[in-house]
Amino acid sequence: MAADPIHQFRIVEFFPVAHIGNTEIAFTNSALFMLTAVVIITAFLIIGTAKKSLVPSRLQSAAELSYEFVATTVRSTAGSEGMKFFPFVFTLFMFVLTLNFIGLVPYTFTVTSHIIVTAALAIMVFLTVLLYGLYRHGFHFFNLFVPKGVPIAILPLIVFIEVLSFVSRPISHSVRLFANMLAGHITLQVFAGFIILMGSAMGAIGWIGGILPFGMIVILMALETLVAFLQAYVFAILTCIYLNDAIHPGH
Amino acid sequence: MADGRRGDKDHKNPSDDEAALSARLERLGERIATANRQTDQDDDARSNAKAANSASAYARGFRMSTELVAGVLVGGGLGWLLDRWLGISPWGLILFLLLGFAAGVLNVMRAAGVVSEQSERLKSK
Repeated sequence: MAADPIHQFRIVEFFPVAHIGNTEIAFTNSALFMLTAVVIITAFLIIGTAKKSLVPSRLQSAAELSYEFVATTVRSTAGSEGMKFFPFVFTLFMFVLTLNFIGLVPYTFTVTSHIIVTAALAIMVFLTVLLYGLYRHGFHFFNLFVPKGVPIAILPLIVFIEVLSFVSRPISHSVRLFANMLAGHITLQVFAGFIILMGSAMGAIGWIGGILPFGMIVILMALETLVAFLQAYVFAILTCIYLNDAIHPGH
Repeated sequence: MADGRRGDKDHKNPSDDEAALSARLERLGERIATANRQTDQDDDARSNAKAANSASAYARGFRMSTELVAGVLVGGGLGWLLDRWLGISPWGLILFLLLGFAAGVLNVMRAAGVVSEQSERLKSK
């Protein structure tokens, strides 16, 4: 296991839940950790805000801080009108953040290192922007793709490039989160593997030399903690930027 | 009246200070009002600029790192699909990779704030 850095991303099926056609829907370790994240977030927010004391306890300040943080992000990026999407953004942010942090604990499974999860989240954001934009602005929404002052001859080309740019959003949105988590965890595992390799190959000297990769792991762990938070933040702020497109007053 | 006169005589300096203070307060109020008016006017324009710029430097860095790749991937994917469906290989892939690259560069320029966001266009109408 130590030699295989990909092993940690393996999906393990626990028990089947349902059948759709011939496809079996199983309860996997991925589902388990998603459920854990939901339970943790719910417990954190409910217990944190239960007392509603004027002088907040530590847990209450943390809960309030997370609200304030996301609210500020939404307001500064999508304007006060964007606050109608606050529950959506807050849910996304807390979900991704919690999954990332759970993944940092040894022997856990990192749900966000699977592109199918991040892609599902990103497509959800994409469809929300598209549908709300169409609902709000009607056909006028497609002016998004038509720049002004472009000669009519190359306009189709420009519009096509703009459409491609719009369609590439969910991809960059999902790949960024998934790739960062995947790469970080593989790096950690590889450095951890070095310690075992050196120890088993060179005996006592190897174990002493293992201090070097161990030091790297400590440093990388700090970096990964930063990345885990930043990726959740980037995911949330880009959601806001995209929502901003849909929200904008049409006239 | 008597009170006022006495006040003037007895506390000349404090009342002068008060007058100066109220004048300054008035001026400050005016300045705040004009500033607020300007803010209201600029608000629309600013909220857009904010959307592009307020993301912290880290967020922008992370954003840029994948934008270009995403554009090229979408272009390549579309081209490949068209090739398969229409049997025009390799022209679809060639054309759409180039277009995808252009879209990717556009994405990066947007992320860097060099080109205005698409939502600007809904705005100015």
